[in-house]
Amino acid sequence: MAKAKTTYTSRTVVLPQDNIDTDQIIPARFLTTTTKEGLGKVAFYDWRYDSDGNLRDDSPLDGFVKSEFSILVAGANFGCGSSREHAPWALSDFGFSAVISSDIADIFKSNALKNGLLPIVVDKKAHRELLKSPGCDVSIDLEDQIIKFGDGWTCIFEVEPFGRRCLLDGVDPLGYLLDRMPQIQKFEEARS
Amino acid sequence: MQPQSLFEKLWHDHVVVDETAESPAVLFIDLHLVHEVTSPQAFSVLKERKLSVRRPDLTLATLDHSTPTLPKGSDGKYQFASPEAEKQVRKLTQNCRDFNIRLLDQEDPRRGIVHVVGPELGATQPGKTIVCGDSHTSTHGAFGALAFGIGTTEVGHVLATQCVLQRKPKSMRIHFDGVLGKGVSAKDMALAMIAKIGADGGQGFAIEFSGSAVRALSMEGRMTLCNMSIEAGARFGMIAPDKTTFSWLEGRDLVPRGSAWKKAVSKWSTLNSDDGATFDKELRIDASVITPMITYGVSPDAAAPADGEAPTAETETERAASAYMGINQGEHFSSNSVDRVFIGSCTNSRLSDLREAAKIMRGRKVKEGVVALVVPGSEAVRRSAEAENLHIAFEEAGAEWRLPGCSMCIAMNGDKGEPGELVVSTSNRNFVGRQGKGVRTVLASPATAAASAIAGKITDPREYLTEAGGQ
Repeated sequence: MAKAKTTYTSRTVVLPQDNIDTDQIIPARFLTTTTKEGLGKVAFYDWRYDSDGNLRDDSPLDGFVKSEFSILVAGANFGCGSSREHAPWALSDFGFSAVISSDIADIFKSNALKNGLLPIVVDKKAHRELLKSPGCDVSIDLEDQIIKFGDGWTCIFEVEPFGRRCLLDGVDPLGYLLDRMPQIQKFEEARS
Repeated sequence: MQPQSLFEKLWHDHVVVDETAESPAVLFIDLHLVHEVTSPQAFSVLKERKLSVRRPDLTLATLDHSTPTLPKGSDGKYQFASPEAEKQVRKLTQNCRDFNIRLLDQEDPRRGIVHVVGPELGATQPGKTIVCGDSHTSTHGAFGALAFGIGTTEVGHVLATQCVLQRKPKSMRIHFDGVLGKGVSAKDMALAMIAKIGADGGQGFAIEFSGSAVRALSMEGRMTLCNMSIEAGARFGMIAPDKTTFSWLEGRDLVPRGSAWKKAVSKWSTLNSDDGATFDKELRIDASVITPMITYGVSPDAAAPADGEAPTAETETERAASAYMGINQGEHFSSNSVDRVFIGSCTNSRLSDLREAAKIMRGRKVKEGVVALVVPGSEAVRRSAEAENLHIAFEEAGAEWRLPGCSMCIAMNGDKGEPGELVVSTSNRNFVGRQGKGVRTVLASPATAAASAIAGKITDPREYLTEAGGQ
């Protein structure tokens, strides 16, 4: 697994709604795919396209240079709903490298981290400030778990330590589990 | 010895490598359920890395999300929603063949929704760890199992190693005291609970449900309650097994028999929270005051008594939800007419759910202009329902009786509503567009859904349960 960057700096896209569920991030009708590639084009499909499949004028996720806006700031309880890993696949492929909220759903958080999409939970005060400042520059330091933005805002964020090490050191979690096969075998033998 | 909670007993029994500050626990999985939507990319990883499925004997696959619910056409073929849907079904069939996994395919008399067939076969048992690439895996916690939804990367981990990397969640216990009123079901308990703690109230927690109202539930009701844990944000929901659990499981295909059964029951009987066990959070809900519930917003916590009205929207998110749903505040819910009714899903598609719905539909007619779909959770449920002539009650009322599958809950298989339609649904999610683009979903119990189909508007089922006639 390739090592992730220690720091990211980018501008934000803000979706202030609470409870943005995985059906919004990628509607279920796109889940018939058998690969994980190319899902960025259907990310937030119904928010971005009209019923004829044309990009909507009011799409909150278009009309800017995606490479400059790779941090998504969203309302509370982001990623609730289904366990579909297609959600982080779609967001990563769309161009996002991090999602910031006051509150991110458990399964989405776990899936996102495994795909290098940083799920960053900040306190409510910082969250309110970020929601108020679409397009602001945010700098994320994954090593020190600090984000900086706006007029001197600095805050620490929590991230699951193993997932973080996997990203920073290029550790492969499946390889890690396979390395534990002697313990797994012993466990199975003791139970049988 | 320190008193332990049910969760702690289940957890400790499956830890292969302890959790540390740096790394999650390696947790052994006793049953891995697989379906067509969240597995293909995991099988691809195994193929790329030349790995085999470590324990095909602990793996069980079914087809449910993308499968049509209409019978084969005159050409002898199922009509899939798209070539991709059919390809996905073929992919799982091929993967199961390649990796020697038992698959309940479309011809299998045991096939059905993953969270219906696992328990039905007796694959789901107390004390097991159970995972599936599906957030509603919490359903199986109803049996006193540690059951939780995982992502596709983790599906690959479990296929290859039979283990998953998992941090221990915090613990919550919710007591439901009292006796449920007439026409009130486990679904109403679930919606009342989610309304109380919020759609993220269970985030980071494993929830144990207890109390007299939980003990009084049938296994089907317990599955409904645990199924909806995830709609409160909790990956795990569970109930300690008891006589109701054991008698429901006895004799099923995959449970032990004879002396092994007795031994299993004696072990399972220890799976409960010890007196003095502590929880990070505990709360009590008086079940006796719960009435039939419905949702009026686009998050499952926007739930209120069906015999009432929508509260005032206060936040921006609530105002947007209210505008989308078109359910006017200050007006009784019954002023909202219904276009479609869906009775089914892993939440409410079991025999007792269908009986509740049939009790209201029998001898009555679905309101003209309302499309009502009844989709059993499995082939076994379908057979049992037909043996009781429930399908006749539905069909005579004007509802459609379909083949098992997830159907309109996730609307992947072609079963869906049209833009703008109001759908009263026994499923689990009222998200924007979940049941079809622009569809407005109202979550409810089977009784409430059936009553709403008859009345053609959102209806408290108790109106029909007190009337003479019908039955």
